[in-house]
Amino acid sequence: MASEITEILDSSSVQRALTRIAHEILEHNKGTEDLVLIGIRTGGDYLAAQLHQKIAEIEGVKVPLGTIDITMYRDDLGTRNDLAMGQTDIRFPLGDRKVILVDDVLFTGRTIRAAMDALIDLGRPRNIQLAILIDRGHRELPIRPDYIGRNLPTARNEQIEVEFDPQHVPVSVSLIK
Amino acid sequence: MNFPHRHVLGIKQFNAEELSFILDTAESFKEINTRSIKKVPTLRGKTIINLFFEASTRTRTSFEIAGKRLSADTVNISGSSSSVVKGETLEDTARNIESMHPDIIVMRHSASGSCDYLAARLNCAVVNAGDGTHEHPSQALLDAFTIRQHKGSIAGLKVAIIGDITHSRVVRSNIDCLNKLGADVVISGPKTMLPPGLERLGCQVAANLTEALKDADVVMMLRIQLERQGKTLLPSLREYSRYFGLNETNLKLAKPDAIVMHPGPMNRGVEISTAVADGPQNVILDQVENGVAVRMALLYLAAGGEKITED
Amino acid sequence: MSSILIKNGRIIDPANNIDATLDLLIEDGKIVNIGESLNVQAAQVIDASGLLVTPGLVDMHVHLRDPGLEYKEDIISGTKSAAAGGVTSIACMPNTTPVIDNLAICRYVISKAQEQGSANVFPIGSITKGLKGEILSEMGELKDGGCVAFSDDGLPVASSELMRRALEYADTFDALIISHAEDLSLVAGGVMNDGYVSTELGLKGIPWVAEDAMTARDIMLAEFTGGRVHMAHVSTKGCIEMIRQAKKRGVRVTCEATPHHFTLTDEAVRGYDTNAKMNPPLRSQADVDAIRAGLADGTIDAIATDHAPHHIDEKNVEFAIAMNGIVGLETMLTLTLNLVEEGVIDLNRAIALMSSQPSAVLGIDRGTLSKGAVADIALIDPKLEWELVPEELHSKSKNTPFGGWMMKGAAVRTLLAGKTVFER
Repeated sequence: MASEITEILDSSSVQRALTRIAHEILEHNKGTEDLVLIGIRTGGDYLAAQLHQKIAEIEGVKVPLGTIDITMYRDDLGTRNDLAMGQTDIRFPLGDRKVILVDDVLFTGRTIRAAMDALIDLGRPRNIQLAILIDRGHRELPIRPDYIGRNLPTARNEQIEVEFDPQHVPVSVSLIK
Repeated sequence: MNFPHRHVLGIKQFNAEELSFILDTAESFKEINTRSIKKVPTLRGKTIINLFFEASTRTRTSFEIAGKRLSADTVNISGSSSSVVKGETLEDTARNIESMHPDIIVMRHSASGSCDYLAARLNCAVVNAGDGTHEHPSQALLDAFTIRQHKGSIAGLKVAIIGDITHSRVVRSNIDCLNKLGADVVISGPKTMLPPGLERLGCQVAANLTEALKDADVVMMLRIQLERQGKTLLPSLREYSRYFGLNETNLKLAKPDAIVMHPGPMNRGVEISTAVADGPQNVILDQVENGVAVRMALLYLAAGGEKITED
Repeated sequence: MSSILIKNGRIIDPANNIDATLDLLIEDGKIVNIGESLNVQAAQVIDASGLLVTPGLVDMHVHLRDPGLEYKEDIISGTKSAAAGGVTSIACMPNTTPVIDNLAICRYVISKAQEQGSANVFPIGSITKGLKGEILSEMGELKDGGCVAFSDDGLPVASSELMRRALEYADTFDALIISHAEDLSLVAGGVMNDGYVSTELGLKGIPWVAEDAMTARDIMLAEFTGGRVHMAHVSTKGCIEMIRQAKKRGVRVTCEATPHHFTLTDEAVRGYDTNAKMNPPLRSQADVDAIRAGLADGTIDAIATDHAPHHIDEKNVEFAIAMNGIVGLETMLTLTLNLVEEGVIDLNRAIALMSSQPSAVLGIDRGTLSKGAVADIALIDPKLEWELVPEELHSKSKNTPFGGWMMKGAAVRTLLAGKTVFER
């Protein structure tokens, strides 16, 4: 059965969405004080880098940027086959920071649950806010994003693919039926 | 990448890609050991039994810490407190333990092949923590990890391993592991301690210590145990030290940036001089530190490896 | 008068240089005639078309475990196992409990076999009392009582002086000494052949020199004393060469090789298979080749199994503490026929190595189809293909490394003094 691929966002739409999110983050947090960006591997880390750059362009401030790998916090060891594990790279303390957690697609919420557990093991942030490029619905946990690029109602069996170029710049978001 | 293994019985079962994958996985876990909260929930709800029929402080502690940092429940059973003394067979001991539903049994045993024996008879995963003079895979992997940490990569390095090769499980696993990762392994020791067929195992046997150390990138010294090795293999530790001990003078034969390793416990003044053991080239404590990360990786992979079909 | 006519079989009787399609007539448990298309009336006619008709096979190296270790094997089960392998005569080793070092035990073995066995049993007495390597057994009396040879098998006679005296004393009664050649100080706790495989598996090796050094000693002692020595289960290239040379010099030395030593190498130990643990251990390919050459050129006088039954509990353990040895009575014939198939030896030599030749070494009147001889006969289907299923063995013990092997050739009927004791 051939799958049907529909482009939802092109490169410039993604950039516009990220620029808006960057503005919203700054507005909501009244600037960059105590702000840190942490992207979830793999995908969220690339988007976090984009937001990092945009905030720098807007405010002229480079906020701390980290990446987090949540494999160790997943709850499906017994059923998944891919055991590859990425590395967490956060070289600054999280205590009393305002953490913007960044991911590409929000689906069941389990990844975000794992990421929050992982963050809290690393320190005690003042708060954690969630920035998402695509919210496709179907939550299984009570998790709500603070910043959303695009709400996209989907069927459960559909897939969302965020494509990046070799420099990790997002080029498109597609829906695969 | 998936991990198509139920057990970790020896280096022999892994190919180069899998060995690198284990080391990469350990790299991820290494970060946890530097946190203030040194614990992740990866193996929450899993039970790991450390079944040690031979005394071992370092390896047992390392496995225990590894399990605990992954949030597994770890239980230690040692040879002296087990029923082995009552004449129970290994199979019966293991079956009794398995009835308590552990997910992983980590075993150290004096009989070569005992982990293979256990794995063939049990449903839970078996991780070899040293079987007789056969294999010690976690040691070889932490050695490889430490070499990679200091040298960037392993391929093309000259690794000299010095000591009692016949009675060393560490050597067997190391030769296999380092070969698969592309190193050139050179062995040296008194001929009473060199078993037959070393070349076929994939290493070069040096004519003497000088030849072995010459331009080595890594020098690995093995523990000499007179009590294990009997009286016919060596006239004295003094003579051993003179011809096969590593000291500041002969270490100069190796490359200037060579690292010095020892699987421990060390006999200072026998196989390694104190000056070298504490010298700038030693990475002995890095080995111990990395041991925890490597064992975390092995436990994680064993727990998540080839799935058991429930029936 | 009971009579049996075996018709149309290929009769192979190496003792009489017969290899032809002939009929064979048995009366009252004895062979009375062999000839072409015998035109006689017999009470029973066996059609042996397509089968080999050979002397009942002789295995000169068997552990029957009876008395004392009947949980492994006894005379009834052991001789049943023999019959199933086409073997009608076995010489059994004295390492029982108590040891066959006195007339009472010797008589017990013989009478139990006669009353309840399915094969002839010829006891081998111990060289030293209690196998202790200290005092010689009463060889004269034991020989008169039915012992066909003397051996401390399983243990070497460590003292050279004692071995010298054993050879001298045995020669007084024209008795045969069977040597288990092993220098235990060189074995030093080894559990498999010393070589690449032992290094890789981390198992302590038994070097070939442990067997060669003792073999050299025993050949020299035989040469010195003029006594007769038979080297049991020869497993190394060096031993075979030494025996070859000694025979040329006229030393009274004979030897045997086991099917496992000419079939398997130490590679079989991989996976820590305790059924590949035996003493002497499985050796290298060069040793296997040397044994095959020795069988071909006549250096080796007999094929013998070293049938060593062990209970599952003694094998289902860590390799280092598992018992040595395997059962062999039911696999000797097929593994030897395999040598014929591979062109190592011809069929006549194969049968001779399992019948007339061991009989000659032991000095027993078996292993032949001569007129007047006891009708111990094996009917062999050389083409029969079968899978070896350990559980189906007739021995009490199932310790074989050949489980699951596809075999070719088997005894389909075994006659002991004219009576069918096994039929497949």
